[in-house]
Amino acid sequence: MLEIKNLHVKLQEEDKQILKGVDLTVEAGKVHAIMGPNGSGKSTLSYVLSGRDGYEVTDGSATLMGEDILDMEVEDRAAAGLFLAFQYPVEIPGVGNMTFLRTAVNAQRKARGEDEMSAAEFLKVIREKAKSLQIDAEMLKRPVNVGFSGGEKKRNEILQMAMLEPKMCILDETDSGLDVDAMKLVSEGVNALRNEGRSFLVITHYQRLLDHIKPDVVHIMANGRIIKTGGPELALEVEHNGYADLMAEEA
Amino acid sequence: MSLPKVKQDATDARLSALTLPAGGWADPARKDALSRVQAMGLPNARDEYWKYTRPDTLVSAEVQDAPAIEAHEAPIFGERDRLQVVFVDGVFDAEASDDLAMEGVTIERLADAPDIHWAKDVYGVLETRGQTPVHRPLAALNTAFATDGLLIHVTGKAPKPIHINYVHKGAQSDAILHHVVKVESDCQLTILENGPAAARFNKVIEADIADTGTLHHVRAQGRDHDRRAVTHIFARLGSESTFKTFTLTVNGVLTRNEAVVEFTGDDAKAHIAGACLGDGSFHHDDTVFVTHDAVNCESRQVFKKVLRNGAVGVFQGKILVKPDAQKTDGYQISQSLLLDEDSQFLAKPELEIYADDVACSHGSTSGAIDEDSLFYLRARGVPRGLAEDMMTVAFIAEAVQEIDDESLQDELNERVTAWLARRRT
Ligand SMILES: Nc1ncnc2c1ncn2[C@@H]1O[C@H](COP(=O)(O)OP(=O)(O)OP(=O)(O)O)[C@@H](O)[C@H]1O
Ligand SMILES: [Mg+2]
Repeated sequence: MLEIKNLHVKLQEEDKQILKGVDLTVEAGKVHAIMGPNGSGKSTLSYVLSGRDGYEVTDGSATLMGEDILDMEVEDRAAAGLFLAFQYPVEIPGVGNMTFLRTAVNAQRKARGEDEMSAAEFLKVIREKAKSLQIDAEMLKRPVNVGFSGGEKKRNEILQMAMLEPKMCILDETDSGLDVDAMKLVSEGVNALRNEGRSFLVITHYQRLLDHIKPDVVHIMANGRIIKTGGPELALEVEHNGYADLMAEEA
Repeated sequence: MSLPKVKQDATDARLSALTLPAGGWADPARKDALSRVQAMGLPNARDEYWKYTRPDTLVSAEVQDAPAIEAHEAPIFGERDRLQVVFVDGVFDAEASDDLAMEGVTIERLADAPDIHWAKDVYGVLETRGQTPVHRPLAALNTAFATDGLLIHVTGKAPKPIHINYVHKGAQSDAILHHVVKVESDCQLTILENGPAAARFNKVIEADIADTGTLHHVRAQGRDHDRRAVTHIFARLGSESTFKTFTLTVNGVLTRNEAVVEFTGDDAKAHIAGACLGDGSFHHDDTVFVTHDAVNCESRQVFKKVLRNGAVGVFQGKILVKPDAQKTDGYQISQSLLLDEDSQFLAKPELEIYADDVACSHGSTSGAIDEDSLFYLRARGVPRGLAEDMMTVAFIAEAVQEIDDESLQDELNERVTAWLARRRT
């Protein structure tokens, strides 16, 4: 599904190398988790994959279902099936949540040469999905993320994911800011989307999320590289011992 | 006091190219206005009030060529239940206009109103009041030389809006129209205006709103790239009256819209708003002057400008609060969205307050499209151009929302979206 090889990334504006050779392969239908200390480059990896400005790939490659994505426009990557649930979802005053999502769904469909979704059908589907995430109709009418609480923003990200039905979902700290119940809701939302054609890359600091969304593989990222890869037990090890030992091993 | 020679010559040149329409009740007002023009002189680039907008092509005896262009879409407001009045290059078109009759409203034309007329208490009167403390000579010129216009007396709650549709045909047409609106107590009217009007258009509306009267005004100025216009709206508000005006401007090489609002009765409300989208040689100027001379009145000015390819937007907005105008609530915001570095927004917000118990605020900002928002929209699959358009529509939404009627909001937003989409392809 997603294949990242020897990815080196620096900041465009300054001479600062952030990713220093990331190798990572996520197979179709699998859930991979990335953990790692603050500032290790996890969000940067997610931004570079989705095409945000400000980064320069100096070496390496990233392909989605065999297609090189690093040269693609942001919107084309989305249409190709990549989705990023933002660590900090953006508030966009004046743009209605519904209008935004319907435009996005139909733009992606159009880009893929599929039929657009009618207004009626869209309404029916979004109501259903919003309900299961406990997002009320009033929230859907509001401008994108404006006045949403931290947890509401994260739930809104998952709603977008559910509507867009991407192939490769990257979740950047979707658990942060969620209360216990919301974490369960969001996890159920994610689990409902799991199938053999869809993969997940879940960035998190806490083992707790991984109790709900059971990963197949866990990676530890430090200082711009994946320093260790293992099974779910690796997350437990981090939970108990922190990163110090792992990083010492690496050095 | 004599005028500087350059100004005197320019004024003489313009006046000698015009003839005073003769006869009828408006005669004294016209002659009075003419002497005001002669005393003030027509504006030039040296005038402080015209610092950001060159008035020469609005003043000159000759009109700059402005060919009418093919419309891309049916005229706005065309699908509504309304009473339509059509002017072609400033000339009333009886064929295309509806019967000037509606319940609760009397509509006549300046060009053929009977000899003694109620409008003489308003015609040129509000314009004259609006000449202090700042001169507006092009409005006085209009009062003197207007060839036609509507005299609208509102004596009930109008069941539908009056829609004035200004059609532009001649490449050199020079139109001067003057409307008078008198809204009686408890009465209510909505006026819609649209169309490029003429190669050069000078228009005045004087609106006298009695206690508890309501006037809504929504206009869309648009289409022709080379047209020029100077418009004034003078509004006088009685107690507990409401006046709301909104203008959407797209295209036009030069537009100056002045709104001069005076509160004379307590507890009244005036909202003056506008949005414009400019591309290339577009120059748009909103000049607003609100005078609070009564207690507990609320005024809001909300102006948004989207500029690209070197377009220029100007905002001059003033709130004057007289000594006895306690409990005034005055608000003013002007913002621009600059889509490139060649475009320019020039703002001059002013507050002048002589009462002590007032709440007035103003702000002005200028900025580019927010990159984080753009990335967010694109990351969900919305193509860049469309995402920029969505953000542009969102930017002006705050001004469009000043219109009470949601169906009008929607119609204007659709026009803006269509205009943006045409530019994109
Ligand atoms: N645009 C930028 N300008 C300057 N520094 C940046 C920029 N983007 C990332 N960095 C730096 O790159 C490093 C990696 O940041 P990144 O946000 O990817 O970390 P992270 O692993 O997601 O951290 P966290 O767990 O705190 O979210 C940090 O040192 C950060 O300060
Ligand atoms: Mg991060």
